[in-house]
Amino acid sequence: MTAAATRSTAAGGGRGKKIGGDHGRMAYLLLLPTLILLALVVGFPLVLSAWQSLMQTGQGIDPATGLIIKGDTFVGLDNYIDAVTGAGAGAGFWNAFWNTTLFTVVGVSIETVLGVAMALIMAKAMRATGLVRASILIPWAIPTVVSALMWQLIFDANGIANRLLDYQVLWTTEGWQAKAAVLIADIWKTAPYIGLLTLAGLQTIDKQVYEAATVDGANRWQTFWRITLPLVRPVLVVAVLFRLLDAMRMFDLPYVLLGTLDSGQTLSMLATDAAAKTNFGAASAYSMVLFAYICLVAFLFIRLLGADVIGDQNRPPKKRRNPRRLRTTSEGSMP
Amino acid sequence: MNDSISRPLASRRTVLAAGGVTTAAATLAACSTGTPAGGGGEDEAPAADFEERGPITFARGKDTSGKLAEFLETWNSEHPDEEVTLIELPESADEQRTQMINNAQAKSDAYTILGLDSVWTAEFAANQWVVELPQDKFPLDELIPATVTTATYFDKLYGVPFITNAELLFSRTDLLEAAGLDGPPESFEEMYAAIETLQEEDPELLGFGSQYSKYEGLTVQAAGLVASAGGELFDAEGKPHADSAEAVAGIQTVRDGFDRGLIPQEALTYKEEESRAAFQDGRLAFQQNWPYVWALGQAEDGSSKVNGKMVASLVPGFDGPGSSTLGGLNLGISAFAKNKGTAVDFIGFMVDAVQQKEWGLATAQAPANVGVYEDADMLEAFPFLPQLKEAIDNGASRPAAVQYGEVTQAIQEAAYACFSGEKDAEPAMKDLQTRLTELQ
Repeated sequence: MTAAATRSTAAGGGRGKKIGGDHGRMAYLLLLPTLILLALVVGFPLVLSAWQSLMQTGQGIDPATGLIIKGDTFVGLDNYIDAVTGAGAGAGFWNAFWNTTLFTVVGVSIETVLGVAMALIMAKAMRATGLVRASILIPWAIPTVVSALMWQLIFDANGIANRLLDYQVLWTTEGWQAKAAVLIADIWKTAPYIGLLTLAGLQTIDKQVYEAATVDGANRWQTFWRITLPLVRPVLVVAVLFRLLDAMRMFDLPYVLLGTLDSGQTLSMLATDAAAKTNFGAASAYSMVLFAYICLVAFLFIRLLGADVIGDQNRPPKKRRNPRRLRTTSEGSMP
Repeated sequence: MNDSISRPLASRRTVLAAGGVTTAAATLAACSTGTPAGGGGEDEAPAADFEERGPITFARGKDTSGKLAEFLETWNSEHPDEEVTLIELPESADEQRTQMINNAQAKSDAYTILGLDSVWTAEFAANQWVVELPQDKFPLDELIPATVTTATYFDKLYGVPFITNAELLFSRTDLLEAAGLDGPPESFEEMYAAIETLQEEDPELLGFGSQYSKYEGLTVQAAGLVASAGGELFDAEGKPHADSAEAVAGIQTVRDGFDRGLIPQEALTYKEEESRAAFQDGRLAFQQNWPYVWALGQAEDGSSKVNGKMVASLVPGFDGPGSSTLGGLNLGISAFAKNKGTAVDFIGFMVDAVQQKEWGLATAQAPANVGVYEDADMLEAFPFLPQLKEAIDNGASRPAAVQYGEVTQAIQEAAYACFSGEKDAEPAMKDLQTRLTELQ
């Protein structure tokens, strides 16, 4: 919604200083269906679930008939307070919060390093690029549930992982090994995603820049840090941002791989679990917390690293943090 | 009030794959599971009309045998004006439950007859999602009493048992001989002694295994152990007694097995299929599992190393055989459905001995109808049937828990903490008692 609006503002503003007149009205009119649709499918559920998070579903039982006394009661911020203090139904909250954070931070960091390494290799291997890229894509193309089942077999007590290690690690029992199992499976699946996006970025870098660097006597290390990385940064930052948002909502992988083990429980799983127990108030509260957490991370990430999600690079440059950064003609044309 | 923490149907052993995706999507759909607000402060549902007849639907998990389609064909050809349509729900029990609850909260009449896992009775009854059934319209005296109990809540009938289930102990006949036993062990003590003897010969042998992974199956184990030791997790008034001496002793026995190396550590990762595989590969001497493992273990195509060497008996107990937790599927009628009269008739048809026998032969699931257990064809197909009948008769019945999801999770936490060595039996069960009391 914001993206579209900003875009149209930019477009409208480009032609005639401010929005107004027929162009402006027309722009709003054309946007209206989209806005209504978004309000309906995003805005309305969001408001509803914020409201639900302030309620508690009736769980009282009539001692004579055993029937539930129905009805939601307004409890204010109780669901949130329960979550933060870990009281009652909120007992698993901090565990899930830290798991989500761990999977996101450690997972995405390793994925980024591996992804960039993969991209560099793919960029060099100019022969059979199609084949290389397709094979790198395979983990990404497999549905998460299927890959989770596959890793479940690998991490079985008598599975391949233990055969290779020649030591029996009980991967699917509570503890650090369970977290490691989730991380390994997640990294295997999603590092290629970062790799591919980075590769796309790498291929838009002008060869002349490298030639110039060679002429100046830069070694490979310097070339990577001073040329490749800064030039691929806009693409990389967006890729990492998408992965961050995705990792924070992680659900299917630990759910299938570990089931209800505490070691793999994420905030999404906690919310589903509460909903399955018909405790919709708490479920909504966890979801709202996750929503806020994701918004915060996205905001900070864009603020600190300047992720260019909207693709408005054609605007005149504002102040640059690194004025000596190299710019090439190709940078502007990147998506 | 009686009921059960029991076991998921056979279908739960399949991983909740498809379910995972759907639920994930639902949750991630922007944190917006904006459920209808339970219909605040509703009136009592009007008395159900059991005379109304017409087309109905039957919602239950996937039937892989194809037998159900045959039953429906028979019924529909005899009752052209009261056609029954099958609505197949996902294979995972959790997903079935979610769909039924969603349907109930929307007050939709889409589902008429609901296939309810025996542990859902209390929740569905207490929320008035299913109607109380007229007891005189069903042949309840033909059904195994222990199974009828699982469909009863506050002395009222909310479902009619269709199939049931109980765990059995499967032993290796060759190893029993080697250990100097004439028959399968009846108590844990006997079994542990046998394993010790066997492990002196073969240190690689893993001993005893059952479902000790942290999932529904662990609740089945814990509840069975407590009942075998003479304790109960809940008394008749629904008060928890998880920290009673008997309950602690029941849990402690399995912990001892782990500590002494008679139950392998890897059993902490066992669900039904894992323990079956370990037994079939000849690594376990004893396994406690559902009867479905029999046919697979006796397979002669080389997939089983123990074919012809299996014997089934009652699960191990303390001074004698123990009691197993009951599983099963009950048929209930949605409170929001039309044509409840037809629904009653159709349920009667489904639990009739003819259909029950055919179903048992086709699916190897334990019928709820008593007569089928003496049938010659059934006995030939399933030689362990007498033991299974005995296990079902002695099956553990426990009070209903409306908040079953919370209760089973608390039991799993406690049992897992104890079996994995994180906590001792007594503090684990004390914590469980505290949690169960909170949930009252």
